[in-house]
Amino acid sequence: MAQIELDNIQRIFQLGDSQVHALQDVHLRIDAGEYVSVMGPSGSGKSTLLNLLGLLDRPNDGHYRLEGRDVTTLSGDEQARVRRERIGFVFQSFHLVPRLSAEENIALPLLLAGIAPHDRKARVAQALDDFGLAERGDHRPDQLSGGQRQRVAIARATIMQPAMLLADEPTGNLDRATGEEVTRLLEALNGRGVTLIVVTHDPHMGERAQRQIRMEDGRIESDSHPPAA
Amino acid sequence: MMRSRDILGFTTCAATAYPMRTGLMMLAMAIGVAAVVLLTALGDGARRYVVREFSALGSSLIIVLPGRTETGGVGAGSFVTNTPRDLTVDDAAALQRANRVARVAPLVLGNSEIAYAGKLREVMVIGTTRGFADIRNYTVAQGRFLPEEDWRRGSAVAVIGATLHQELFGTEAALGKMIRVGDRRYRVIGVLAASGSGLGMNADELVIVPVAAAQALFNASSLFRIFAEARNRDAVPGAKTQILDILKTRHDGEEDVTLITQDAVLGTFDRILGALTLAVAGIAAISLAVAGILVMNVMLVAITQRTSEIGLLKALGATGGVIRLVFLTEAALLSVAGAFAGLLLGHLGAWGLRLMFPMLPAYPPDWAIFAGLGTAIVTGVLFGVMPARHAATLDPVDALAKR
Ligand SMILES: Nc1ncnc2c1ncn2[C@@H]1O[C@H](COP(=O)(O)OP(=O)(O)OP(=O)(O)O)[C@@H](O)[C@H]1O
Ligand SMILES: [Mg+2]
Repeated sequence: MAQIELDNIQRIFQLGDSQVHALQDVHLRIDAGEYVSVMGPSGSGKSTLLNLLGLLDRPNDGHYRLEGRDVTTLSGDEQARVRRERIGFVFQSFHLVPRLSAEENIALPLLLAGIAPHDRKARVAQALDDFGLAERGDHRPDQLSGGQRQRVAIARATIMQPAMLLADEPTGNLDRATGEEVTRLLEALNGRGVTLIVVTHDPHMGERAQRQIRMEDGRIESDSHPPAA
Repeated sequence: MMRSRDILGFTTCAATAYPMRTGLMMLAMAIGVAAVVLLTALGDGARRYVVREFSALGSSLIIVLPGRTETGGVGAGSFVTNTPRDLTVDDAAALQRANRVARVAPLVLGNSEIAYAGKLREVMVIGTTRGFADIRNYTVAQGRFLPEEDWRRGSAVAVIGATLHQELFGTEAALGKMIRVGDRRYRVIGVLAASGSGLGMNADELVIVPVAAAQALFNASSLFRIFAEARNRDAVPGAKTQILDILKTRHDGEEDVTLITQDAVLGTFDRILGALTLAVAGIAAISLAVAGILVMNVMLVAITQRTSEIGLLKALGATGGVIRLVFLTEAALLSVAGAFAGLLLGHLGAWGLRLMFPMLPAYPPDWAIFAGLGTAIVTGVLFGVMPARHAATLDPVDALAKR
């Protein structure tokens, strides 16, 4: 059984009179621990796919089974719980809360999960250490460099030890060297068993993934390693 | 599920991160609560002032007014009565027969001029008898009060108030000196101890002469009032009946007088001013409703400002319920803080009032404080519900896309 199973997924946006088929007949199987890059022209539905995988959006039709469970029919609160416990997001624009320190930003998922303060402290300290932010714990986002911000965001995405990481153009706002560094960080996490799905416009970054998916007009146009059968 | 302490910490941080917005919201609440506190302090202060003034009358005092007011109790009419038949000194003397009545004092009142050694001033003259001093609890500082004598005789003696004594005589001895009041001359036989005001007549500025002397001075045969004192507080109803009976008999069977007792007067003023305070509190509470609307707007702006943060929280696994709770807590927190700031402000204002008007006990009543705080917090939360709901239902993808 694959970790992610998408069957016949349709996502249609209504824009006034016209309809936009952001996703059409998407079938996709992704196993636990895979490293997948999603590429394709702008507007081809990459972000829409990622949002769907992350349970931030619902398909108009089709089924999404995550770890064997049909998650399309879950209630909003149940989906929130799945996001909290199984899914980590990394965004192009980091999405750090500006008034909170690096530490507090990283602790947010633990806060939302109701983890006790002293547990939180230990886990955040460990994460700061792991991501080379030990000296930056009490810095606010505007006191951090772009690379540091994205590392804080990744630390936050992984603090709950999710089963998969969804990254939408994680290096899009970073210079080449910093982007490289962030990519290696994500790959290291994948090396420890976390499924990694990265949307990117950067062909070099895309090629580093074992499996490359190409999208066009809301369809999966090519898949470098489709699972057998 | 998120811990309540964490929710509180998170919202406190959010509130302090936007001082302008937070300040505005707190100010609106604070002004509302301060208005309630201050206005009720004023209203209740006025009530207490009046109650205190009338309490000075003594609880067993019965005042007899000529003329009958139609309403049984004390209304505005009791103070403007037409006089079908005058009260006389003989009427007053007759009341001494009533066994429930301990003391009776007739009262004549008028304005005149007082003169001594070339010093001249306007003065209020009271014509009464010996018993008046006991009824009003006057203390004589020098000499003695009016003599016990035939009420119709009216010897040419006078008792003066402390301020008057000071103004006319300064350090000079007053006892035995002759003063002129109107066109008559009186010998000063007593000076009252300073006491302050009561019932609109300041005893410190009075000249008190025998009732017959005052009648002669003002060329009047009638009385302004009769003051009677029941044996004790419980004897007041019986004494009233006796007084009415006696006067009715003397006035050819007509009940043409009005009796005022402290309890009745107090009750009426208490009710009127209590209602007034309540009304004023209600008006002030409206400003709290306005504050509530401001809270709602400010919260909506806050949610717009923090849309992408809401999207992020949802992506991190916050349920709609948690988002709702976070924003509701924030509204409540700001309302509570604003309400208490307003309480402080109101107390400060009341203190200022007391400094400016020392005779006004301008303390806000407890119920007003609770009502003010309660209304503020309830409106804050109530008006916070709509924005919080709105935040909870935001679409996470759209919210995240907002910058
Ligand atoms: N909320 C929405 N309402 C209407 N149309 C939408 C909405 N979100 C996406 N679309 C449309 O769906 C299509 C796919 O959008 P999507 O954001 O997934 O593209 P993308 O591949 O991520 O593009 P990019 O590389 O520019 O990020 C586009 O045509 C877009 O205009
Ligand atoms: Mg995109």
